Amino acid sequence: MISLTSPVETRAHGWPAGAKLGALCAATLLLFEIEDLVWQIAFCAGMLLLYALPGRAFLKGGLGRLWMLWPFVALILLWHVLTRDAEAGLVIVLRMITAVGLANLVTMTTKLSDMMAVVRWLAAPLRRFGVRTRSLELAVALVVRFTPVLAAKGQMLSLAWRARSRRRPGWRIIMPFTVLAIDDAEHVAEALRARGGL
Amino acid sequence: MERNLTMIALFAALIAALGLIPKFTLGFGVPITAQSLGVMLCGTVLGAWRGGLAALLFVALVALGLPLLAGGRGGLGVFASPTVGFLVGFPIGAFVTGFIMDQWRSAPVGLAAGVSAVLGGILVVYAFGIFGMMMTLNKTLPEATLLVQAFIPGDLIKAVLAGFITSGLAKARPASLLSRS
Repeated sequence: MISLTSPVETRAHGWPAGAKLGALCAATLLLFEIEDLVWQIAFCAGMLLLYALPGRAFLKGGLGRLWMLWPFVALILLWHVLTRDAEAGLVIVLRMITAVGLANLVTMTTKLSDMMAVVRWLAAPLRRFGVRTRSLELAVALVVRFTPVLAAKGQMLSLAWRARSRRRPGWRIIMPFTVLAIDDAEHVAEALRARGGL
Repeated sequence: MERNLTMIALFAALIAALGLIPKFTLGFGVPITAQSLGVMLCGTVLGAWRGGLAALLFVALVALGLPLLAGGRGGLGVFASPTVGFLVGFPIGAFVTGFIMDQWRSAPVGLAAGVSAVLGGILVVYAFGIFGMMMTLNKTLPEATLLVQAFIPGDLIKAVLAGFITSGLAKARPASLLSRS
C-alpha cells in the first residue's frame, strides 16, 4: 500500500519521529493561542518556506494536499465578509492552513515504520500491565494487507453487477461486500489458529 | 481471540475499502461516501467493544499516515482540519451503535441496527464533528451546526441502509453477527 510519505528525501526524514510529533503539538497549541493577523501571516509564510526548502517537487506535492481545504476557506471567507468581520475570518483561515500544513509536513517526512516505532514506545506502559501489544501490530499489518484485497473484491462485485444489469451498482453491493469481509476474517482467524494462534 | 482480532482488522479494512468505492450523489447534489456507513456497520455487526476498536484502528492508521480516507486523504493533517471531530467521533460512534445493538435484543435485527446507527453513527459522531468545527473554525454551536446540516440527510439514508444490510447479514452469516451472539 502506498503511504503519504514524500518520495523526495529531505533532511527532516532523518530526524526522530517523536521529536517531530512533539514539535507539531507545541506549534499547533501556539497557533490556537494567537489571534493577531500579522503573526498568523508570518506563521503561514514560514510554513510555506519549509515546504519550499526541499525543492519544487516537494512544494508541489505539499500544496496539492492543502488543496482539500478550499471549501472551508471559501465558506469561512464568505461568511466573515457577509458579517463584516473579514479580519477574524482571515485569522481563522490562515491558522487552519498553517496547522494542516505543518501536520502534513510531519506525515510527509516520516516513514510508516518510524511512526509505528513511536506507537510501540507509547504502548510500552501497557505491556507492563500484561497487554499483548504484538496483536496490535498484527492487526495493523492485517489492515494494510487486506484493504487492497477487499477493494479488489469490491471491484469484482461491481463488475459482476454490471454484467447482469444496465443500472449502476449502488448500495446493494455493500451487503455481499460485507459478507466477503466477514468470510475473509473467519478464514484468517482459522489460519492463525492452525499456525499456533496468538 | 484470533477471531476477534481478524474481525476487528477486517472491518477496519472494510471502512477503508468503502472509501474507495465511487461516491453516490444524493438528489440535491450532496456527495456521500460509504465510509461512515462502514463505521455504522462496525457497531451493528461487531458490537460495542469490537466495533469501537475496529473504528479506532482505522482512525489510528489514518493518523500514522496511510491514505485511507475517501479521496486518498490521510496523515496528521486531517487531525488539524475542520473535519477532525468526525474522525475522532468514529470510534465512539461505533461503540455507542454497538452498545445499543447489544442492549436492545427484543427488537428485530434490522430495526435495532437502524435505530442504533442513527443514535451512534449520526448523533454521537455529529456531536464530535460539530465540536471540532467550533474549535477549528472559531464558531458558536448554532453556527457550526448550520455548517454540517447539509450532510445529515445522506447520513440518515446510510443509517437506514445499515439496518437493511445488518438484517441481510443476520440471514446470510448468523454466526458472525457478534453484536447479537
